[in-house]
Amino acid sequence: MADTKIIVNCETGEVQELELTVEEVAQREADAAAYAAQKAQEDADKQAKADAKAAIATRLGLSADDLATLLG
Amino acid sequence: MPDTFIKIATVTVGGAGANSIEFTSIPSTYTDLCVKVSTRQTGSNIDNNTTISFNGSTSGFSTKAIYGTGSSAGSFTAGVSTESHIGYSPGANATSNTFANIEVYIPNYTGSTNKSISADGVAESNTTSVDSMLAAGLWSNTSAITSIKITDYQGSYNFVQYSTATLYGISKS
Repeated sequence: MADTKIIVNCETGEVQELELTVEEVAQREADAAAYAAQKAQEDADKQAKADAKAAIATRLGLSADDLATLLG
Repeated sequence: MPDTFIKIATVTVGGAGANSIEFTSIPSTYTDLCVKVSTRQTGSNIDNNTTISFNGSTSGFSTKAIYGTGSSAGSFTAGVSTESHIGYSPGANATSNTFANIEVYIPNYTGSTNKSISADGVAESNTTSVDSMLAAGLWSNTSAITSIKITDYQGSYNFVQYSTATLYGISKS
């Protein structure tokens, strides 16, 4: 089944259910790719931050619990 | 405080689902607009980002938001400019038959300045982990808003049956 969009004309009250256009499908795919890239970057940033914290804790001889207590 | 809060239009998604809900030919006779959204999406996440855009535009949008998950809190600046975030909608892994409550306020929508929005919402998953969001959005465009599109940020999901969106006009004296 093709994906549809609902359009409500506020002047007439008419409600239409239309199939997405080629351009809209392309935009949708571009949005999905942009989101995937953003999410991957966010995950990488979070992991880098966690790794940096763990490295500092190791140098200081702190356990994960000690670090959580300090940062809590 | 608004003197009037008039329902302009409302829509309920049918059995086939819908990728987006769009209000067109919005009258210019009000001062502000408000959109109330109750949505659930087909995405596999417990909750999924829901977004808004205006006049068919896919540029000039930005969002800064804070969120809570039930166990943590955070903030983000949106990474894309094609739409503004307004909140989270439950996905396929959320508690069955739960829907989001999202409200978007759009002041001075016919003005000749850039358009700001505020939004708050919660995914209502009936679990200990559920996302809420407070968002501030900006559309860097001076055109009057004549159409509003509500859709899913990830771009791959649809709104499920019984999702609703209602547009209100607010007039100030």
